[in-house]
Amino acid sequence: MSLVMTLAWRNLFHDRLRFIATLVGIVFSVVLVMVQMGLYLGFGQMVTTMIDHANADLWVLPKGSKCFEDPSLLDSKLREKVATVDGVASVVPLVIGFSDWRTESGEVTPVFIVGADMKADALQPWNVVEGDVRALSQWGTVAVDRSYFDRLGIKRLGDTAEIRGHRVKVVALTDGIRSFTTTPYVFVDQKDARFYTGTFPSKASELIVRLKVDADRAGAIAAIRDRVGDAEVLTTDEFRKRSRSFWLFGTGAGAALFAGALLGVIVGTVIVAQTLYSSTKDHLSEFATLRAMGSSNNYIYNVIIYQALLNAVIGFIFAAAIGFEVVRMTARSALPIVITPWLVAALLVLTIVMCVVSGLGAIIRVVRIDPATVFMR
Amino acid sequence: MKDVIIEAKEVKKTLGRGAGQVQALRGVDLSLRKGELTLLMGPSGSGKTTLLLILGCMLTPSSGTVAVCGASTSDADKEGLAKIRRDHIGFVFQSYHLFPTLTARQNVQLALDIRDHHGRDAAKKAREALALVGLEQKANALPDALSGGEQQRVAIARAFVANPSVILADEPTSALDSDNGRAIMRILVEAAHERDRAVLVVTHDPRIVPFADRIIEIEDGLLVEEKSGEPEHLRMPKAAAWP
Repeated sequence: MSLVMTLAWRNLFHDRLRFIATLVGIVFSVVLVMVQMGLYLGFGQMVTTMIDHANADLWVLPKGSKCFEDPSLLDSKLREKVATVDGVASVVPLVIGFSDWRTESGEVTPVFIVGADMKADALQPWNVVEGDVRALSQWGTVAVDRSYFDRLGIKRLGDTAEIRGHRVKVVALTDGIRSFTTTPYVFVDQKDARFYTGTFPSKASELIVRLKVDADRAGAIAAIRDRVGDAEVLTTDEFRKRSRSFWLFGTGAGAALFAGALLGVIVGTVIVAQTLYSSTKDHLSEFATLRAMGSSNNYIYNVIIYQALLNAVIGFIFAAAIGFEVVRMTARSALPIVITPWLVAALLVLTIVMCVVSGLGAIIRVVRIDPATVFMR
Repeated sequence: MKDVIIEAKEVKKTLGRGAGQVQALRGVDLSLRKGELTLLMGPSGSGKTTLLLILGCMLTPSSGTVAVCGASTSDADKEGLAKIRRDHIGFVFQSYHLFPTLTARQNVQLALDIRDHHGRDAAKKAREALALVGLEQKANALPDALSGGEQQRVAIARAFVANPSVILADEPTSALDSDNGRAIMRILVEAAHERDRAVLVVTHDPRIVPFADRIIEIEDGLLVEEKSGEPEHLRMPKAAAWP
């Protein structure tokens, strides 16, 4: 093995305080980027959670609808028009919207009503930990997430409250269905949802369309588009992308997260560049000796680049450990940080690139070394 | 006539600019030959170091030519000069210039490493070079744990290990006591006579004159005197000789 790695390692460890300062800088930077990007991914997942859990091939939406929570309404008659298209297996109307939840103690809190035909298996509560979703078909029943017990003033299955003056009973409890808006989702039957949201029977928020297994998908989509007039027909993937795009970029939330991540990269690059430069400056006489002995510039660049890589790898290991702890801690929060294997790989590459780019200043300094200086000392 | 390893012809070198311009070398002709230890002596400011830098391919002459093992340095860029140094020249510096974070063996091995010679064989060669200078027991010591004489011996082992044709030593004994100075010179003489290398020692130190095969004196950028032959023919101030 070449001594380049040994030299790089010893140069780094020669000044332990500086090495620790470098690592702190890298860890800070990588954790910041990791958290920002993890929030971005988490936010991206949260805003499409209903779309992800709906049993849908296609969505019929009011024209210009930006996301699942969009309050625009469709004409209910479209359901029959879509249902008669060749290849369509089922069409289920959704009724969604904000409403008021009054606890037994009289406190009022906003909730987001999600109403679908509970017999149709189009959009039902998932992760049910207590109770029975089938009971939602009965009038005045709801399913809520247990993480919202305090907000909703309930303690257990069977507790009651009021929505828009209508008494409701909790018949199912879920775990982990949280809204990024912090407004609790309340699952009800579509008929009940109309009362709670004030939606007329002639209207629906969205239509969830299932296609037959052997349907001509492209043909069915084209036929549905022909029949729904102004309404839009999107595949689940298209609707997911549109929702993410709206919440992440339409609201500026995504840009803020990216700006934070960029800040992390800049801070990390500056810290590593500064410490690598000062380390190189401290070892200039050694690099000049190497040059006098006849080493190529590449050999010296390799020493600096290995120093940068060692910084990157060691810093990344610590940062990843902290990052995974942050993921664990936020797993049950309103906005969990999501770290995927791809994000980890991308962050490792980013850390390496950041550290190597940081070495450029040191390399430029080394290029100017005059080997003759070793004879002057 | 022994083989010429380095040949300098009509070498002139001007340093500085404008009013501060100095003609450090004013037409130097010099050959360094295999198997010969040459001393380059002269007062401060005489041009010794400039000549050493030019012969060591760290400076190029303003005019004249230098050839190292037949390779001209005139047209070489910085990387080209580094390659000539790497291929043909070993250096011994006055201040040793060992790497403080590397062991004695690793310091020596570094000279092989920059020549793309890695691994166990390189480590073995480094240990052998240390044995030649009597430091095989200190192979794992860091420079801080070595005396000045030991550090200079490590530096000599580093200069030898890659088998260069020529060794250029800058004041190798100036920081050493008599015993260590003598030991260092014996190693350099052995390198010239038994290993057939050209050795040039730049020095102020008259005590090392008896070790020379040839003495060249430089003054005001010109070689003013050259003596060679048996040691008794060489000038050696009695008072200056090592006891």
